[in-house]
Amino acid sequence: MTDTVLPGAAAGAQNRERVRKSLSRRHRNEILFRWAGILSIAAALGFVAILFGMILSKGLPSFWQSTVHVEAFFDPELIEGGPRPVLADFPSPADHQQAVNEWQRAVTLSNWNRIVETALRAEAPDFEIETRDLLELVTSSARFQLRDMYFANPDVLGQTMPVSILASANTDNWLKGTIDRSQPDERQQLAATTRTLADQFEENGTISFDFAWHIFTNVDSRSAPATAGLAGAFMGSLYMMIVVIVLAVPIGVASAVYLEEFAPKNRLTDLIEVNINNLAAVPSIVFGLLGAAVFINYFGLPRSAPLVGGLVLTLMTLPTIIIATRAALRAVPPSLRQAALGLGASRNQTVFHHVLPMTYPGVLTATIIGVAQALGETAPLLLIGMSAFIANIPAGPLDSATALPVQIYLWQGNENRNFFEARTSAAIIVLLGLMLLLNAIAIFLRSRLEKRA
Amino acid sequence: MDVLAGKVKVTSKTLDQTMKPAELMDHPIRLSARDVTVHYGEKQALHGISIDIPDRAVTSFIGPSGCGKSTFLRCINRMNDTIEGAKVGGKIELDGEDIYSPDLDVVELRARVGMVFQKPNPFPKSIYDNVAYGPRIHGLAKSKADLDEIVVSSLRKAGLFEEVKDRLSEPGTGLSGGQQQRLCIARAIAVGPEVILMDEPCSALDPIATAIIEELIDELRENYTIVIVTHSMQQAARVSQKTAFFHLGNLIEHGDTEDIFTNPVNKQTQDYIMGRIG
Repeated sequence: MTDTVLPGAAAGAQNRERVRKSLSRRHRNEILFRWAGILSIAAALGFVAILFGMILSKGLPSFWQSTVHVEAFFDPELIEGGPRPVLADFPSPADHQQAVNEWQRAVTLSNWNRIVETALRAEAPDFEIETRDLLELVTSSARFQLRDMYFANPDVLGQTMPVSILASANTDNWLKGTIDRSQPDERQQLAATTRTLADQFEENGTISFDFAWHIFTNVDSRSAPATAGLAGAFMGSLYMMIVVIVLAVPIGVASAVYLEEFAPKNRLTDLIEVNINNLAAVPSIVFGLLGAAVFINYFGLPRSAPLVGGLVLTLMTLPTIIIATRAALRAVPPSLRQAALGLGASRNQTVFHHVLPMTYPGVLTATIIGVAQALGETAPLLLIGMSAFIANIPAGPLDSATALPVQIYLWQGNENRNFFEARTSAAIIVLLGLMLLLNAIAIFLRSRLEKRA
Repeated sequence: MDVLAGKVKVTSKTLDQTMKPAELMDHPIRLSARDVTVHYGEKQALHGISIDIPDRAVTSFIGPSGCGKSTFLRCINRMNDTIEGAKVGGKIELDGEDIYSPDLDVVELRARVGMVFQKPNPFPKSIYDNVAYGPRIHGLAKSKADLDEIVVSSLRKAGLFEEVKDRLSEPGTGLSGGQQQRLCIARAIAVGPEVILMDEPCSALDPIATAIIEELIDELRENYTIVIVTHSMQQAARVSQKTAFFHLGNLIEHGDTEDIFTNPVNKQTQDYIMGRIG
């Protein structure tokens, strides 16, 4: 009451006083809010840093694996089958082929382990060790490696060749210290003599830590965990992503354009819209069940196939792409549509010449986000059999395969924990690297598209 | 003279009596609307508008905001079709042809009736492509040279060519507001329309750009039937030969611009022109 009767100047002074009083509180609130924001960002960044730090510190050593460098003698006394049959000696190519097959059989059945053993013993001539324990030092696939070398070049028969053989996973554990070195003998993975020999080899340089290219070129392995790689899972993921991009982008964009630009706005389209939004929130494992029921049981597509995985992931990615494309379409100014319509462009021309091009950056971002999501998805793939152990690189989308995140899951559960903990982290690094690459591509393309628009 | 005057009455009863017979000979009726109503959902926006619009003259629609003048303008090229829930009743004829007849393709109509909007809205493409877009979709140019000629002559007619001739490949959105609006006019002209509708074409422009556009409208009148919606009564007085005053969805009065401004018959028109409503 009193305020209203105060004369102008006095009222002004009083108002200024009130404003001044409220100012400090307003400033305090702002400062508090700013600090709250800074703290939450710092917390988020901190957790990301911890996550990356843990993964990198665990996973990076896995990329350098203990490798034994030996001189292997391709002993003609041990390698059976003699020289490779020559075509000229046979009446027909079919006969020759048969002879080659027999030769290969004989070569395969040769005592390659003895050759590995001899090569290892040559590096430590005076060391007393049982053959079984000695072979534990290197990966069990060493004999296949030498055999394949011989197949590739039969001329090495009788010669001594330098060979790099991967140490076994257990040797790697021992040398890297991923197993507690102070544990008593009965709790160690390797015999005492093998451990001593490993240490000796590391000291004299016979064993060195080489970059493990095979992580990128080999498939998963159970019998020789040291040689396990990601190539199969990578190809499986690649095929799935191709299926997702080829199917989800056109279908998603077409649905969004139709719903946003052409469909009449009525109960039915409202219902469809609600359903699409709900679909985006359906747990991914449910899509896996759907995939198993529809694609595998009903349509009879092969189990564990990247095609089926890709179809399931497409269903998962569609809502993301549809919702983002619709949002992008809605953001196109109506004046642009009016301009085109006013010139006599048909609705189709208006959409495809003017409206849709404006949404490319948005669609692209949505696609990459959707694909990145699909790339990291594991649960639905377990239900369609993509968690099976597959020892081949899939040659096509219908071959059995696994996927990168599934491979991480499988390695995570491997019984040789000491070795596969690091290998799991290595696989995570590869997966995260791919994600980063995808995002970088998205940012690059978007900035280019935006510049052009 | 009397014979001519009599003729006028036959062609259009609603046409203003004060129009000079000599002028009428040059300006036959191009567009005629009868009892046009528009509903946006439940709301009625236009109540039975009947008006005749002469050829090769500028007709301006004036009136306070929300009076329905833009709504009526948008009926003429059926832009109301694109608005959800809009219903148009009555009849609009262009050269005696019902534009709401099911036989008429709206795409063809819009090629004949061009439109310039309130806010300049060039496509986010080059200046050349902006102007060439209409001829391209309608297949008006047989060759690249043809198209070049259409683009250049349209830009010339819109008085923009000299300013942009060295940067036809630059984006149209990089021009100033007034230039953008002239680009939009050139874009409309390039399709070869008979009627050009302008919905407050200068409301987003500064006075100098406005003056240039007004001058342009005056020149275009030679070749096109122009209908312009404007908030500025001075603009209506400057550029138009015919003026129609709308209020609350009704056409209150229309006639020669000079008469409407100097000697309005209706009290509401008078009040609006004097600045008492609006």
